[in-house]
Amino acid sequence: MDEIKDIVLQYIIAEYIEEGADKISYDTPLISGGIIDSFSMVSLKRFLENKYKISIPDNKSTPEAFDSVNKICVLIREFVK
Amino acid sequence: MAYSDKVRNIYMEQLNGIREAGIFKQERFIHSSQAADIEVEFPSGAALKKVINMCANNYLGLSSHPEVVKAAHEGLDTRGYGMSSVRFICGTQDIHRELERKVTEFLGTEDTILFPSCMDANAGVFEALLAEQDVVISDRLVHASIIDGIRLCKAMRDIFKHSDMKHLESKLQLHADKRFKMVITDGVFSMDGDTAKLDVMVALCEKYDALLLVDDSHASGFIGSTGRGTHEKYGVLGKIDIITTTFGKGLGGASGGCVSGRRELVEMCRQKARPYLFSNTIAPVVVSGVLRVLDILSASTERRDKLEKNTEFWRKGLTETGFILKEGDTPIIPVMLFNAKLSQDVSRALYDEGIYAIGFFFPVVPQGQARIRTQISAGHEIHHLEKALDAFTKVGKKFNILHKTEQEITEMYGT
Repeated sequence: MDEIKDIVLQYIIAEYIEEGADKISYDTPLISGGIIDSFSMVSLKRFLENKYKISIPDNKSTPEAFDSVNKICVLIREFVK
Repeated sequence: MAYSDKVRNIYMEQLNGIREAGIFKQERFIHSSQAADIEVEFPSGAALKKVINMCANNYLGLSSHPEVVKAAHEGLDTRGYGMSSVRFICGTQDIHRELERKVTEFLGTEDTILFPSCMDANAGVFEALLAEQDVVISDRLVHASIIDGIRLCKAMRDIFKHSDMKHLESKLQLHADKRFKMVITDGVFSMDGDTAKLDVMVALCEKYDALLLVDDSHASGFIGSTGRGTHEKYGVLGKIDIITTTFGKGLGGASGGCVSGRRELVEMCRQKARPYLFSNTIAPVVVSGVLRVLDILSASTERRDKLEKNTEFWRKGLTETGFILKEGDTPIIPVMLFNAKLSQDVSRALYDEGIYAIGFFFPVVPQGQARIRTQISAGHEIHHLEKALDAFTKVGKKFNILHKTEQEITEMYGT
């Protein structure tokens, strides 16, 4: 699971962070903290679905479920077979 | 009474919150026509003050041009004041279609449809053209009206980092399976004054079979060697699928906008775009004015050439004076002050010196990137710019911000 955590963290840093990448941790609030907006959440979902060959239903794709690297990992774990 | 004290108090609290955050917007009343020299009442009730306007989108100085005013009068006399109808019922005059043809010719596209504003054009175009199986990929810094327009359509949304072509390419690859991929950018970005790399974007869109939409509101009429826009500057005339633009800035400054581009896409907007279907179009008086503007600009590049010279003079003058500017070559020249309060204080001090220029700060620009956005016009004469430079120099010295680095300014004033 730690490997997934790091993949997600690195993706978020590469995609969304232009400065202060070192300040982002596994528990940093991403959406409620204003790091990722609702537009970008869609592409993050798409990345996860492609990467892990999963399909996350819309009713599970809530801002709360995407609000930190740790929460995202919980979500992925739910769908990875 | 439905408007109870409870409701009133909630709104009053919200308004107080905006005031306390220092972001409460107040209008300044101009008592003259729009031009380089204007008479302003500020604060409300104060005596009128003559100031030089350094913050209008009046790039070509056509807002009060005698020939444009005359054409508008003629339009009023021959076509009346209003249409009292949307376009497809009985709200289309011959001059509306004439303007669409002339804009098409001017921008080098296939067809054009008018909208009441470019905000409306952007609100209508995405929903008319895109569906659930499509994706829009927009530059992070596109105008608010594009973001709102995208929200109204059902397509998937994604963003690429500002002007980062590698990131855009990775997004085009990520969404390869979508029916349509539409890439969205401003031609000139209104807060920084930089331009989109349209040559690279056209090449990427061709490589990955994507459509390209450019909002050229801060470019139409003066960017490019004959003022056609950002697509002319980058040598890609005829290769932009959709251009949205406004008549409320360089092209006369009154109101109105359009979607111009591939014939079928424009026709789809005529069938489906809601701001076109459910709102009156541009009033005849404005249509007549814009027609004259396009005649003036098609006959000579004199005005955009003067704007270019004024822009060079202003940028060089501010740089030599010791201000930090955003890089660029458009008439939008941001003077960086970084601290929000400093931007407000400098704006106020400039006003006292007879210069009207507004400070912008978060959330309009990123945190710690507050600035005075100056905008140059072909309506400015060198004496206007010299006087403005004197005022900027005086105010710069007063605040001790000349020939200082960003770090030095933020150490003095905070971020």
